[in-house]
This record gives sequence, C-alpha cells and structure tokens, in this order.
Amino acid sequence: MQLSDKHREYWHKNLVITAILMVVWFIATFVEGWFARDLNSITFFGFPLGFYMSAQGSLAIYVVIIFIYARYMNALDKVYGVHEGDDQ
Amino acid sequence: MSAVISENRAFFNQLRKYYGVYTGGFVGFVILLAIAEQMGLSRQWIGYWFLFATIALYAIIGVMSRTVDAAEYYVAGRRVPAFFNGMATGADWMSAASFIGMAGTLYFSGYDGLSFVMGWTGGYVLVALFLAPYLRKFGQFTIPDFLGARYGGNIVRSIGIFAAILCSFTYVVAQIYGVGIITSKFTGLEFGVGVFVGLAGILVCSFLGGMRAVTWTQVAQYIILIIAYLTPVVWLGVKHTGIPIPQIAYGYTLQKVGDLEKKITADPKEVEARGLAKAAAAEASAALKDPAKAAAERRASLEQRLAKAKADNAPDYVQKSIQQALANTPTNPAKAQEYWSARRNLGANANPPRKHAEPFPGATEQARDTARLNFLGIVFCMMFGTAALPHILMRYYTTPSVRQARTSVFWSLFFIFLLYFTAPCLAVLAKYDVYSNLVGSKFSELPAWAAAWRLVDPALLTITDLNFDGIVQLAEIAIGGDIIVLATPEIAGLPYVVSGLVAAGGLAAALSTADGLLLTIANALGHDLYYKMIAPNAPTARRVMVSKVLLLVVALVAAWVTSYKPGNILFLVGAAFSLAASAFFPALVLGVFWKRANKWGAIIGMAAGLGVCMYYMSVTYPFFRDILGVTAPIASYQWFGMNAISAGVFGVPVGLLTIWIVSLLTPAPDAEVQALVDHVRYPVLEGDIETRGT
Repeated sequence: MQLSDKHREYWHKNLVITAILMVVWFIATFVEGWFARDLNSITFFGFPLGFYMSAQGSLAIYVVIIFIYARYMNALDKVYGVHEGDDQ
Repeated sequence: MSAVISENRAFFNQLRKYYGVYTGGFVGFVILLAIAEQMGLSRQWIGYWFLFATIALYAIIGVMSRTVDAAEYYVAGRRVPAFFNGMATGADWMSAASFIGMAGTLYFSGYDGLSFVMGWTGGYVLVALFLAPYLRKFGQFTIPDFLGARYGGNIVRSIGIFAAILCSFTYVVAQIYGVGIITSKFTGLEFGVGVFVGLAGILVCSFLGGMRAVTWTQVAQYIILIIAYLTPVVWLGVKHTGIPIPQIAYGYTLQKVGDLEKKITADPKEVEARGLAKAAAAEASAALKDPAKAAAERRASLEQRLAKAKADNAPDYVQKSIQQALANTPTNPAKAQEYWSARRNLGANANPPRKHAEPFPGATEQARDTARLNFLGIVFCMMFGTAALPHILMRYYTTPSVRQARTSVFWSLFFIFLLYFTAPCLAVLAKYDVYSNLVGSKFSELPAWAAAWRLVDPALLTITDLNFDGIVQLAEIAIGGDIIVLATPEIAGLPYVVSGLVAAGGLAAALSTADGLLLTIANALGHDLYYKMIAPNAPTARRVMVSKVLLLVVALVAAWVTSYKPGNILFLVGAAFSLAASAFFPALVLGVFWKRANKWGAIIGMAAGLGVCMYYMSVTYPFFRDILGVTAPIASYQWFGMNAISAGVFGVPVGLLTIWIVSLLTPAPDAEVQALVDHVRYPVLEGDIETRGT
C-alpha cells in the first residue's frame, strides 16, 4: 500500500513529539542527576532540591510526559484519520 | 463498530463494579480481623487468615478465568481496558524487592539508592514512546514473535527466546524466594514448605487461564498491595508531620534527620561505640579461624569483667549488660561460627552515619565522580531494562486498541508511582524514628517494636551493648533492610492486623510478579519454540496444552532452584535488567523506527549487546569471577569504574551501533518487511496487512 503525504506528516509529527518529550526526560533524569549536588544547595519546604527531584519530582515529570504523549497522539490519530473508533 | 464500542464500555463498567465490590469486601475483611484481634484472636491466626484467604481469593479468580482459547490464554482476549491493564502491569512490575526491599535500600543508601526509584519509573517513558503502541498494533503473543516477524527467520527468534528465559528465570527465582520468606515469617511454616505453599498460590492463578487469569488476579493483587503499603506510611506520616500526605510533608522530618546525623556523629558515646564496633569486627574476623576457642576466651574475659564490676560496685545496668553479653556468647561450639559471623557485621557500624540527602559522598573528588557515574549507570540500566523486559511488554498486547495501549502506559506508571514516590518518604520517617526514639533509649526500656523484632530474627534487628552503658547507641544497632517495611505498622503504633495486611501485600507483590514471569518463560517455550519452530501445524488446543504443561515444569524447576536459597539473588535481579536492555532494546526500537534495520543487523547486534554485557559481568562480579576462576583484580577490567550491575551501559550502545553498521553493510529488508513497519506505525491504514495472532 502507498503512504500519502498526510501519513508521512503524521509520522513526522509523532517523531517530533517523541523527540521533545525525550529531551524533557533526559533533563529530568541525567542532567538532574549530574547536578544533584549543586541542586541540593537550594532548599524548599525543608527538602534539598536535588534529593526531592530524584525522590519525587522527576517521577511526577515521567507521569506527566506519558500523559501528554497519550493525549497528543490519541488526538493526532483523529486529525490524520488513522484512529480506531471511539472505544472509550 | 458501535456494537464493539458499547460492548467494551459495558465490560469496563462491569469490571469497575466487580472490583469496587471486591475492594469494599477486602477492607471489610481487614476490619473484621481487627475486631477479632481486639477480642483475642492470636497473631498466628491473623497471619493464617491473611495468607489463606488471599490465596483462596486468587484461586477463585484463577479458576473462573480458565480457558483453552489461544487468544484468551496468551493475551487475555485483547479486551483488558487501559485502566485495569495499568493496575495489572503495576502488580506485574512491583516485586517482593520493590515492596519489601526498596524502602530498606533507601534507608541505608540515602540519596544513592534513589537510582532504582528513578530507573524503575522513568523506564516507562521509553515503554510509552518507543514500544507499547507499536507492539499493540503488531498484536501477536510474545516479544520473540515481533522479532521473528520483523527480522525474519528463526535465528533472531531463538536469540529472543534465549534472552527472555535468561532474564526472566533469575527474576522468578527471586520472587519465589520472597514468597517463601513471607510465608514462613508470618505463619511459622518452614522455608521449604513456604516455597511450595507459595508455588501453589502462583500456579492457581496462571495454570488454568494463562494471561487471562493472570490479568484478573493481578488487578486484585494490586489493590491489596497498594492498600497494604500506603496505610501504615500515611499513619506514620500523620504521627511525624501531622499531614496525611507525607510524600510532600516529610521535608522537615528530613531536616531533623540531618540534625540528628550531626549530633550522632559528634556524640562522644557514639564515637566510643564506633571504635568498639570496629574492634569487635576485627576480633570476630580473627576468631573465625577457631570459633569455638575464641568463644571460650571471650566468655572467660567477660566473666573476669563481671567479677570486677561486682567488686567495684558498678551500677546495676553495667552488670546486666555484661551478663547479657555473656548469655549471648555461645557455649555450644557448633553455634560459635554463627555468632562470630554475625559479630563481624558490626564492622558496618565503624563509620559515622551517612548523610541521608547527600548525593555521591566520597573522600576525594575522584571517588565522588565515580559514585555519580555509577548512580547514572544504574538509572540508565534500570530504565532501558524496564523497557525491554518481556513480561512487562507482553502486557500491552492485551488492550483492545493502540489508543488504549498508550493510555494504559500512563495508568501503569501512575499506579507504580503511588508506591515508588512513597518509599523514599517511608525510609526517612523510619530513620527519624530510629535516630530519635531507639537511639538513646535504655536497654531495659526499648520501644515496643524494637523489643519485639529483635526476638523475631537477629538478621532483621540486633542491638548489642558494646560499651556496657545500658543505653542504645546507633553504632550498636545492626539492622536488616526488610524490617523497614515489615515493622512500620508497629513503629506507627498500629495493631497487629496491619502487620498481617503488610505481609499479604508483600505476598501479592511477589505472587503477581512470579506469575507474569512464569507465563513469559512458558510462552517462550510453548509458543515460540514449540509452535513457531517445531510444530507449526499443531492444533490450538494442543498448543495451549503444551504451554500449560511447560508452565508447570518451569514453576517446579524454579521452586527447586529456590529451595537451595541461592545467595546473590539481588544481584541477579539487577543483572536481569542489564541483560534485557542489551539484548532487546536496540533490536525492538530500531525495528520500529528504522526501516533499513535488517536480519543480519539484528542477529549480530543482539548477540553483540548480550555478549558485551555478559562478558563485563563475568569479569567484574565476584560470583561469576569465582566460577570462571578470574583472578586479576576487578579494577583492571572495569571501564570508567562502572560496577557489574550497570553492564548494560556498554551493552545497549554496542547493540545499537552493531545493528546500524551491519544493516548498512548487508542488503535492505524486502518490501514485505517495509510494509510491516508501516503497519505498526499507524493505528489504522487503508489496505493494511493483518498481523494479529490467532
């Protein structure tokens, strides 16, 4: 079967959102971890920031990343006519 | 189409009702037991009730879900709604190690233990972005299925089968081990018996109904395990912070722990106790050459000391402490070995307490940098391993659509997040209790939980009065990680019924993970090896039958291995992540995202990734070094000072690079494979091919 330009655009948009979210993931994980000692000099609600990010903050960011991806792609499916019907 | 939609919705509503009633029923059951406890039900019976009632419950769900249909047996009929698949994945994912061990690891290693917390959650980002929706569209039964279809031929499939079994088997042994420990601890059964009771619990869930039964019991198990984990922590949180969301409020407790660390580091009594701990450990190391003689000598010296204390009219508590030390020193030569081994562990107390919130502590800049690299290395391996473990990826075959597969990863991580963002908080709260209440208390008036647990198992809690002052110093406490979760209900001052609930939660965590893993191994053999490679014409009923028999065999072999209590089990679990990451991740992801990836690239790339990973482990991990007789120092083999557990840091890039180079050197895959790649990339394509397994 032949892919239309619209299909290619859909895949391209998928790659773009994937790349953007991977950058966020990378920062929340490896950049945060690399600079954890420096981040710890900032304190809020009693927490050293580096500790709080690794224990709770980055985890919450991961949840949000996946939420955004699912929402964005499920909407994109509809816009580009590749969705599977409205099953819930 | 609309008929399917309303059917799916009705199914979802029905499930919500069933599990709502189930949750209410379970809470009612716990309350009934709590009332019974007040009326005098013994602790042992509370343990039995929790153990047998929950296993009976899983058995009922397992029997009700029996099936001989292939799609039902392998992928639960592909109609598990996103929300419930999320819960099932949560239970599948969180093992005995997560439930019982995690908080203990964090208690000991402070910030550095968070690598596991980050790795085991962040990996789901990779699952969501690179794998779940595409595997769902592909829609067959196993991970080797995808590799086989995408790259063609049995070689790739075989490597897939080998890697799936290699990483799942070590992991399942650890789970059965956990089941044995929990059952024996809470019912008083022997470890070996506990293993087989647990095995029965595992098999009733999976044997008759495969994935279908495993899915619905896992949902039930998730509900129990999350209630069991959160209840005591929230209670403890209210006790220390006054706020029922301790995950946000424990910052000030963390500060207080920091202050206590400073106080304990400087306290002269603690300094003295640390010195004595070091001396005791050194004495024990020497004594192990002739344990019985050394024990007799120690008894003699203690008796002298006691006589002197009596003559000097030393205070009562000094005499009591010396008498206690005498009573602890064995007269039986057979016990002496054990006594000195336990005493040697006091060496861990020779150093001042580590600062809980400080990342990568070390004496020199270089040591700190190596610690940081290893931290990030573990994060990397746990993440990529998460996104490559077959028993997790398999779960995304079970949703009704690609759309729901995406949403399902969100629910999975959300349900996992609930436990993982609580564990660091529990570690800090428990540490605060130990540092502020246990340390400094009199030996004659220990906090109730400590007095109780030191009698249960010396490996979990031992307190030795090293300086005979009758007061507990931190350096006198030897603590086992598992106690943090197991004793939390008592530390928080909750009735015993909550301890039983925690045990039931730990059991649910271990059983659910073991089920998913056993199914993965049995399916790799029954579906991939037998049906796809040996007997492609076998009728459906026979395929399912073969898978069931293999499940039984694998379970028995795993239990048999477990009964030998293999040490090093935790390392093996960690190793599974590096192995899975190196073997699967590059081939799976390039298979979707790069059309040019071909058969030879995948074969050599998977072998190279796995090979590098296994090589690195075998030359840097003591257990394998001993087997292989490697004698040169570990450091001479290490690259960038990386520890064995993080071998995947090298395996994954080598795998990716090899697939890339070899694919470009060999011919591009044919049009059929290109069409398959397009097929998995789009949830719906006009004139699409069909790859769903039947």
